[in-house]
Formats: sequence, C-alpha cells, structure tokens
Amino acid sequence: MLNKENLDKATALFARYPEKKAALLPILWIAQEQEGWISTDMMKYIGDLVGVPYAHVMGVVTFYTMFNDKKLGRHHIEVCTNVSCLLRGSDKIVAAAEKVCGTKLGSTSADGKFTLSEVECMGACGGAPMLAIGEEYHEHLTAEKAEQILTSLK
Amino acid sequence: MEKYILPEIPNYHQIDVYEQHGGYAALKKVLQMKPDEVIDEVKKSSLRGRGGACFPTGLKWSFMPKGNEKPKYLAVNGDESEPGTFKDRQIFEQNPHMMIEGILIGCYAMGITAAYIYIRGEYGKWIRMVDKALADAYAKGYIGQNILGSGFSTNIYTHKGAGAYICGEESALMNSVEGDRGYPRIKPPFPAQKGLWSSPTTINNVETMTNVPLIINKGAEWYSKIGVAKHPGPILVGISGHVNKPGVYEIPTGVSLLSLINDPQYGGGVPGNKRIKAVIPGGSSTMVLRGENLEGVNMDADSLKAAGSSVGTAGLMVMDEDTDMVRVLARIAHFYHHESCGQCTPCREGTGWLEKMLHRFEHNEARQEDVDMLVNVANQIEGNTICALGDAAAWPVQSFVKRFREEFEKRVRTAEHSAA
Repeated sequence: MLNKENLDKATALFARYPEKKAALLPILWIAQEQEGWISTDMMKYIGDLVGVPYAHVMGVVTFYTMFNDKKLGRHHIEVCTNVSCLLRGSDKIVAAAEKVCGTKLGSTSADGKFTLSEVECMGACGGAPMLAIGEEYHEHLTAEKAEQILTSLK
Repeated sequence: MEKYILPEIPNYHQIDVYEQHGGYAALKKVLQMKPDEVIDEVKKSSLRGRGGACFPTGLKWSFMPKGNEKPKYLAVNGDESEPGTFKDRQIFEQNPHMMIEGILIGCYAMGITAAYIYIRGEYGKWIRMVDKALADAYAKGYIGQNILGSGFSTNIYTHKGAGAYICGEESALMNSVEGDRGYPRIKPPFPAQKGLWSSPTTINNVETMTNVPLIINKGAEWYSKIGVAKHPGPILVGISGHVNKPGVYEIPTGVSLLSLINDPQYGGGVPGNKRIKAVIPGGSSTMVLRGENLEGVNMDADSLKAAGSSVGTAGLMVMDEDTDMVRVLARIAHFYHHESCGQCTPCREGTGWLEKMLHRFEHNEARQEDVDMLVNVANQIEGNTICALGDAAAWPVQSFVKRFREEFEKRVRTAEHSAA
C-alpha cells in the first residue's frame, strides 16, 4: 500500500507524538500524495498501521474536506467564492473556469482532466480573486488570466 | 512606524540574516531568567492574543500548572481560516524564526517539552517554509536537547490540517492533532488542566508568539507603549475587498479604520472613489459596520467594541456603495453551514436554516416575516453551542439585518411584487 520510502516516512512520524493515533492525519497526507486519493483499502491499511479501527479512519477522511475518498481529475482546480473574492469578482473566475474546464463547479470533466471545486476562504484575500491548482495559488486574477492559466494545462 | 513583525529586511526568513539582526538573542536572555520572570514580563507587556479573542497572553501562560507530574504541551494556532484573514501566511513566509523564537520562549516559561504548530492544509507551500526554518534552528542548537547548554529541552513540529475551519477553534485543534475529527470539546476542563492527551496545554496564535521576542528584547514597558494602552503592540491587519491596495499591513493598534482604508500607505482608497457602504472589521464572524459610522472607530479591541463589533483577527473587509449586502450575508451563511462540525443541534440545523432563508432573500422569494425570523434563528444559535462557531454564524446575521434592514425589506417587496 504505502511504498517503502513512504512507509519509513510514516513510521518515523510516531516519534513526534506520545500516541500513535496522532500520526493519523500526517500519514493520510502521505498516502494521498502517493495515490492522489485515499481508497477504502488504504484506510484499512492505515488503520492497522496506526492502531485504530477502519471506521475511525473513514470518519476522519470524510470529516476533512481536503482528503479525497474518490479519485479526482488530473488537475484539481479550486475557486474561492468567499466574501473577499466575491467582492472582487469571483463570479467571473467561476464562469471562466467552467468554460475552460468544460465542467460545472463541483464536478469532474468528462475527459477526466479537471475537477472543479468551490473552495472556502484559502487565506489569500489580499490577492482576491484567486484559484488554486493543487497546492499552487494563483492570485490577483481576471477572467482572462484565469482562462489563460487553465488553458495552459490542457 | 518601524516594522517589527514584518520588517523590511531582505531574506529575513533565513536564519543567518535573522541572527545578524539580533535574532535568537531573546532566547539566550530568557535562558538566564527564571520561568516565572518570563511570564511576568509577558503579563506586564499587556500582549493580547491575536487569534480573535484578545485574551491576555501572560495570564493564559500563568494558568499552566507548575511542576512536571505530567508532560505539558503547546499548540500554536496557524489554522488561519477565518474569511478575510491572511496574516499568519506572511509570518511563515517573511519571519518564521521570530515565531519559532517566541515559541521557544513560551516553552521555557511554561516548562513545555513539545510544541505543535498547526497549519491549515491548504498552506502546503508555507508549511515547507516553516519546516525548513525549524530544521535550520535545530541544526544551530536552538531547538532539541539541552538548548544552548542550558539543560532545557523542547521539540517543535508542524502538524498539517486538512481543510476544516473548525480546527481553528482551540479544542477542535487539539482533537485534530490527536488524530480525531475536529470536534470542539466541552469546557471545563480548560486546556491548561486537560488539553492534548489530557495533559496541561496552552494554545496561542502564530502572530501572538511572534510578538514575544520583541517583549523580551526591548522590555515589557517599551512594548506596552506601542499603540493603545489596553491592547498594545504591533498588529497585522489584512485589508481586502474594495480597496486599491489590498494586503497585509503592520500597524500599531489604534489606527483609524478610515485611514486603513484610505491612506496611501495602507488600503489606498476605494476604487473609483466610491462611497464605503460597509466594513467587516475583523474577519467574517465580526459584526458589520455601516460606512457612515466609521468616524472615530479604530483598529483596537475597545474602540471596535464601543462601535458594536470586535477586532477579531483584524481582517478588514471593505464594501463599496454597489455591494449587495444580501448576497454577502448569504455567502457568509453558506460558509458557516458548510463548516459547522455538526455536534450541536442549534448550530448544525440553525446554520442550514439561515442559509436556506438567505437563499430565499437572494432570489427574491422571501416573505415579510422572514426578516425577523432570520434574527430569531440567529438568536437561538448564539450561546447555545459547545464552541463559538455558533456565535460566529449568528453575529453576521444579527448585525447585517440590524444595520442594513432596508436591503432585506427591499428583497421582500420584490418578492411580493413578482408574486403579484
């Protein structure tokens, strides 16, 4: 499940905490970075590794919005629509993203290239409106800039 | 004013540059002091938490039990998820060592042997910056075993969140560190008695910790004279929305909101010289203020309280005359409903009702009685939940309807008109 390198990374985390369970979130991150998502089998495997029931792992995965229990498109595009972005025209960014990605907010494009999500405030209000592609923030956007950035991923 | 939290020094985030400018001198000084003397100094400085609640930091530290029957922990809150707030990110980027030095001082003062910096999952890039800074500080012997030969040892780790606003609430944050869902805990017991792994724990905001080395280096007396006496010190203000120069600005507490919006060194005015219709002064949960009532209102705890709001995280959101207040409130309600953890019925159900009702207003389908019903639902959430998320959802609704009632009434009339 976790490859050798990642398993070593995961087990090294136990030393940081007085209880193994505390390493659950960091280990889920390692798993998601390896696979792109967290499958049921992975949850069971991590439960055994950390020493908690599968149900606990599933409860945690489904609680936190950044853990994906389903496969996403090749690029995960997240557009912030919270107040600071709304005030500076996030509607236009959403429209541009839907147009280029060929899918609506909250869905994956038919070709599997893009998953487009509405995201809550990402702490980039000074650069509003913004979107993120994976971990990368793109701030101070206009509809044209957003279209350009997303088109370059095609 | 000279900048202390975000000084304009190139490469200040690098440990060598930080040391060249006096970095880690406060830690060395503190290691020669008694822990209680350190807490007293922080108390005397009148530093108040920068995470939203403005709690006196020294007093919080003094709640930690003395002695070492149980291990003690520090959790540093860098979850930074309150809409309109983007200041801690600047600290991670520009001045991570001053935060780390502050954490070390706190650990020494409270006898803490492990600290966890909880950073929101979206900040992957910034977590790596902090990890790099931590590794450099370990390599120089500032963190770890027998720090600088003092006999004092402590470890500092980052802990990455995974997309949950509620984890910025201190007890939810602790559950998240422990590997659980981010559910807030019932208080008492308070964290200083039973926190992480049932051990005494203190939770402080990232910006709060970054202020601590200043107090040690320059003295509590010096620090307490910056800005407003009851809420002193440098403070990071995030200005967003309808201003020409949105961004994070370091100010002494007590600068007027109008100058933050209009002054060329801060927000630089409203685009198109439009009128200010409204501001939310401290992140989306703080009460909205009308633009025409901003005269004499300053960015500090007491002034904003007197004006009928609060300083929160000092995330100032500015709205011009063309802003649709109903739509803004509907968006805020959507946020709190999405982020409610679901433990307490008033919040889980109430935030959903608020969102649905505001959806009706937004689409001109509201009824006259809905205006008061909005406030009624908000009032029933407020104070009736384990944590403050319920209050945070209620305050915007109460204040928007109270201060911009005409906009909500107008949507009712439109609804009646289209029904007729």
